[in-house]
Amino acid sequence: MGKTIAEKILGQHADHDVKAGDFVLAKVDVLMGNDGSFPLVFEASKKMMSFGVRSPKSTLMVLDHYCPSPSKEVSRLHEEIRDFARRYDCLLYDCGEGICHRLLPENGHVLPGMLVVGADSHTVTYGGLNLFATGVGSTDLAVAMNWGVLWFRVPETILLKIDGGLPRGLCAKDIALFIIGSVGSSGANSRSIEFRGQAIDEMNIEGRLTLCNMMVEMGAKSAIMPYDEMTDCWLNRLGINGDFQPVKADDDAENEREISYDISGMEPQIAFPHQVDHVQPISRATGIPIDMAFLGTCTNGGPEDLKIAARILKKRRVHSRVRFIVSPSSRNVVKEALAYGFYQTLIESGAVINPPGCGPCVGAHGGIPADHTNVLSTANRNFLGRMGNREANIYLCSPATLAASAIRGEITDPREFLE
Amino acid sequence: MTGIAHKFGDDINTDYIISSSRKRDTVDPQKLARFLMEDIRPGFGLQVKKGDFLVAGKNFGCGSAMEIAPLVIVFAGIKAVIAKSYARSFYRNAINLGLLIVEADTDPIDDGDLLEVENLCIIHDLTTGEIINAKPFPPLIKEILDAGGIISYLERKYPMPSV
Repeated sequence: MGKTIAEKILGQHADHDVKAGDFVLAKVDVLMGNDGSFPLVFEASKKMMSFGVRSPKSTLMVLDHYCPSPSKEVSRLHEEIRDFARRYDCLLYDCGEGICHRLLPENGHVLPGMLVVGADSHTVTYGGLNLFATGVGSTDLAVAMNWGVLWFRVPETILLKIDGGLPRGLCAKDIALFIIGSVGSSGANSRSIEFRGQAIDEMNIEGRLTLCNMMVEMGAKSAIMPYDEMTDCWLNRLGINGDFQPVKADDDAENEREISYDISGMEPQIAFPHQVDHVQPISRATGIPIDMAFLGTCTNGGPEDLKIAARILKKRRVHSRVRFIVSPSSRNVVKEALAYGFYQTLIESGAVINPPGCGPCVGAHGGIPADHTNVLSTANRNFLGRMGNREANIYLCSPATLAASAIRGEITDPREFLE
Repeated sequence: MTGIAHKFGDDINTDYIISSSRKRDTVDPQKLARFLMEDIRPGFGLQVKKGDFLVAGKNFGCGSAMEIAPLVIVFAGIKAVIAKSYARSFYRNAINLGLLIVEADTDPIDDGDLLEVENLCIIHDLTTGEIINAKPFPPLIKEILDAGGIISYLERKYPMPSV
């Protein structure tokens, strides 16, 4: 019987043949921790008889959740992480560099065929580059630093075939929301997702990273894209040529389920409060007033996201009722947005621009919503209280829908602005 | 072990277990324990008593992979979580920390029932008289739980880390 991508990658890293359902100890290639998860890594390392970092060059620390620091407590935590990185010689991305899930793909730390773990649930994002990446806890991270191995249950695979061309005005985010609405918040729990189909073949890496990022919202352990010219092109731009092992599933691989969608007639999608799988087509949401619009996060804070928003907002103003907040996902995104004039357009339209980082997505700072207000956001989660106020309602959408809605002050179909 | 059941619904995410905004200033589980479930049941963290059980529906612990969620449950004094199913990252973190997580049909259990959990595999609802069988753990997971968590398990398995 053939193998899925998950079975192949975990088998290679466990040094023996594995199949779905097996529990294995496997060697990890790259480890990532951020200021949201790192404090407990200290605690876990203290419980060990001896602690060290086995592979410092593939151990990355990112300060992104609370940047720049909003309090002296956070500043102290950041100092502890900097000390740790110095002491063990790990790579550190300090405040302002960007969000971990943007930085690792953008700087060539994650490559096809790798097994990557990060102490953050959206680590699944990296699967957009044809690798197995999964979110783990802080104890896991400390264990992987010290022993270089972790336990895994080899997941069953769900094959998602996305056929049809992406309709005008829609983004990868719309596809992601549609899938989550259909599969449900636990519908892919612990499963590995493999993507195929025309829409995937035509999607660039930016879109693939967004799609993989969101798959954890239905419980997926990993979400893996095929390796093709798009992947090659992304890696070439980073100056990486062939020093990696792409992975393809066998034709007779055993998938637990196959789900097919045809997206050619799809509408933009909206996730209603307070669950990511409460998804409706935009025609059932238009007219809902919004008080705050947030463009950013590891899902939609990239250059293409700022580009589509800027295209819609060009020579237009954000509605007077709406506070429009933008958090780019990395310093490189800022540079690109400046070079192409997206920043100029966004600022002229009325946007408040945060420094690169997670921003208000986790409710710590940078734009906490008021009581009884509606927030429209390009983030990945709309849980009650997620943005720091349980009296606010969060709706999720694509960057195009966000920009169109910010102009009107109510949820608006972006296709009206893209004639 | 015997304790009171505190019943919650499906899809209890880690932000509900402990709010992201609370984690900003401290991740000391001792200090955070009183905020357990505050967004969906204000005051719960102060009401819960040592040895109580947290009972829930499907997909318990979905959302963020942050380990503080199971740690706060431990520090609030909860003896074990009993749910129909768990989100992957929560399950992982709980096993690594040695928090007892029981997978079983929780429909017959009501809020406030007195429960007795035997050997992690049989639940007696002493209020209703109902007996519920829990799903057995796979061997590797059982070994990790028996060792008290992943660190003590690996320290036994690889006595000298090669660092």
